[in-house]
Amino acid sequence: MDTKANLLIRKGRVIDPASGRDDVADLLVEGGRLVRVGASLDAPGAEIMEAEGLWVIPGLVDSCVHLSLPGEGPWAGDVASECRAAAGGGITHMAVQPDCGPVDSTAVVRLIREQAGQANFARALPVAALTQGLAGEHLAEMQTLAQAGCIAVGQAGAPLADSLTLKRCLEYAATFDLLVLFRPEDASLTAGGCAHDGAVAARLGLPGIPAVAESVALSRDLLLVEATGVRAHFQQISSRHSLALIREAKRRGLPVTADVSIHHLLLDESALEGFNSHCHVMPPLRTARDRQALLDAVADGTLDAICSKHQPLGSFSKAAPFPSTRPGISGLDTLLPLVLKLVREEALPLHRALDAVTAAPARCLGIPAGQLETGRMANLTVVAPDEQRVMSERWLSGGRNSPWFNTLLPGSVRRTVCNGEVSWLAG
Amino acid sequence: MTLAPPSSRVQLTDDGKLRHFLSVEHLSRPLLEDILDTAAGFVDVGGRAIKKVPLLRGKTVVNLFFESSTRTRSTFELAAKRLSADVLTLDIAKSATSKGETLLDTLRNLEAMAADMFVVRHQDSGAPFFIAEQVTPRVAVINAGDGRHAHPTQAMLDMYTIRHYKGGFEGLKVAIVGDILHSRVARSQIHALNILGAEEVRVIAPRTLLPADADALGATVFTDMVQGIEDVDVVIMLRLQRERMDSALLPSEGEFFRLYGLTNEKLGHAKPDAIVMHPGPINRGVEIASEVADGPRSVILNQVTFGIAVRMAVMSMAISGQESLDAAQEDDHGH
Repeated sequence: MDTKANLLIRKGRVIDPASGRDDVADLLVEGGRLVRVGASLDAPGAEIMEAEGLWVIPGLVDSCVHLSLPGEGPWAGDVASECRAAAGGGITHMAVQPDCGPVDSTAVVRLIREQAGQANFARALPVAALTQGLAGEHLAEMQTLAQAGCIAVGQAGAPLADSLTLKRCLEYAATFDLLVLFRPEDASLTAGGCAHDGAVAARLGLPGIPAVAESVALSRDLLLVEATGVRAHFQQISSRHSLALIREAKRRGLPVTADVSIHHLLLDESALEGFNSHCHVMPPLRTARDRQALLDAVADGTLDAICSKHQPLGSFSKAAPFPSTRPGISGLDTLLPLVLKLVREEALPLHRALDAVTAAPARCLGIPAGQLETGRMANLTVVAPDEQRVMSERWLSGGRNSPWFNTLLPGSVRRTVCNGEVSWLAG
Repeated sequence: MTLAPPSSRVQLTDDGKLRHFLSVEHLSRPLLEDILDTAAGFVDVGGRAIKKVPLLRGKTVVNLFFESSTRTRSTFELAAKRLSADVLTLDIAKSATSKGETLLDTLRNLEAMAADMFVVRHQDSGAPFFIAEQVTPRVAVINAGDGRHAHPTQAMLDMYTIRHYKGGFEGLKVAIVGDILHSRVARSQIHALNILGAEEVRVIAPRTLLPADADALGATVFTDMVQGIEDVDVVIMLRLQRERMDSALLPSEGEFFRLYGLTNEKLGHAKPDAIVMHPGPINRGVEIASEVADGPRSVILNQVTFGIAVRMAVMSMAISGQESLDAAQEDDHGH
């Protein structure tokens, strides 16, 4: 059965950050392929969607989601359920972090692709483990995993403490020109902490994680990137001190990109008042000054992309005193709404904000996505940017662990087209 | 829109009465004074032939100690008994949670025993807040120490002691010395002293025993003992745990004592009538010299006596706050 879309989207505001296009136009999808964008298109037999007042944007690319295989660990939902949540959130591509499984064998890669394929809502692109079992001791079969479909290699939330092992991992990855994802963190400086080591943690008596836990590791990682020549993408930069290091690396021409999680752009350490465990995340929410510096860094491109850092957790994971709760926010449902909120509040310029969740992360990950390019399979999202809705009324992720679960946010996704097929249609 | 800070929203009734006692932070000066005045009425009870008042008769108080403690637990037990409550003490550190039961499951089980009050000590900062949010509305929660966050009854008994010896808080300079980083007692004392109108609160410690952004605590930070103690009216010494040497926070007990231990010589820099306090149990020769601990300025033993009265005050006030809630609800249903 041919499920590829034949669809004419009429009179929407078409915004494509990659090409700089921003105008009211019609957009025609035939056989799943985006064939034309222009004025007053005609397409006999195609389904017509009137999009006046709506925005038509590329399908979102999420550079960091944590998913699980069915029955795995403390996680809520699985690959299939979270792919559906992604589609409902306007996301068409997501980089599945290697702690799913973990991704250190082709069997797990096949399983993830199979689960995602059956669901057919969003492309779940696995990131391979850098070391076997993410244990930080033996190299994983990175090239085999890349050939099986992994788009990059990384250590998820288990950064390598041993610099020699890391250097060898990077040399091996560089041999095959694999992209390496880093979440810079010095485990000895993080140990035992659950909140930014600042004024709020001092008052609440929460064990702290200093900003240098990130920047010390980032410095080492950047030096090893330079020494090995490997392509690197840094994930979830949280501290302003790290930004100077990223800027300097880019200025010197190192093959380096970086992202930030959406919650670090909206919240700071003050969100922890009252021991709100929904704001327990890793890396921790830092100061108001850090938050502003991160916004500025997204605006000027130092931080290329914004990700959801999706971590869907079962309710029991947060039903404990703050330090004993599991860190993480379920972010697929709120990524686009929160980006639109930042744009409405003029915290970020529109085109850069949309670029940071579409073309920029696709570029960071080296995947062909995140733009409205004619001739290719369509990946797009139609959204009512000003329509406010209570998030809990249509929450799709299996994890409800979010500080925004019961709040009103702008941006209701009306339709998502993923790889030429309609993956989400608002009822 | 300005909301009340989360800590006061949880622990007060709508008309500002205490219903839980979780943290001193954000409470009002009149409320803290009310606690001290109520405690004053209970101090004599310990001297009577029959050491009981019937304020909590028919009520069940459950002591939930997730972290072991002898002193705090026994003073809470005694306070509840002098108020005529039925008391059950559970040393959970050694029972339920070690069998894998979650904190929530433990709470549900205890609620089924129709308790009226939980007195909670827990190693996690914020645990009593979590418990207060989870328990049925009729149960009052008293914080008997959570992680590094707060130990509000200890702070209030210290305030009682200071008021007893100094007559009040106006114009007072108070120095808190030692392991500020890990001290829930210090955090609660600083809040209480600031609310009650002390002139200056100082903390004195090496950088490894101070939190990052120590200024946020509401105290002036000193790293030099002699400078910090200069001209103060009250010196509060904190207990130094042996583990601090193992985690590379200090080189040795000897160096700590030489630099930060309270001796008569260092005490000479404080006001001539300065008093010396310590939440106990003391480490002689580590944070305090015997000559000071047993000397004329030390009020350490009196702190213990006042502790029972202050805990009786807080417990009776929280129960009466809960009862006023019940009465209000019955009113609502009646109309």
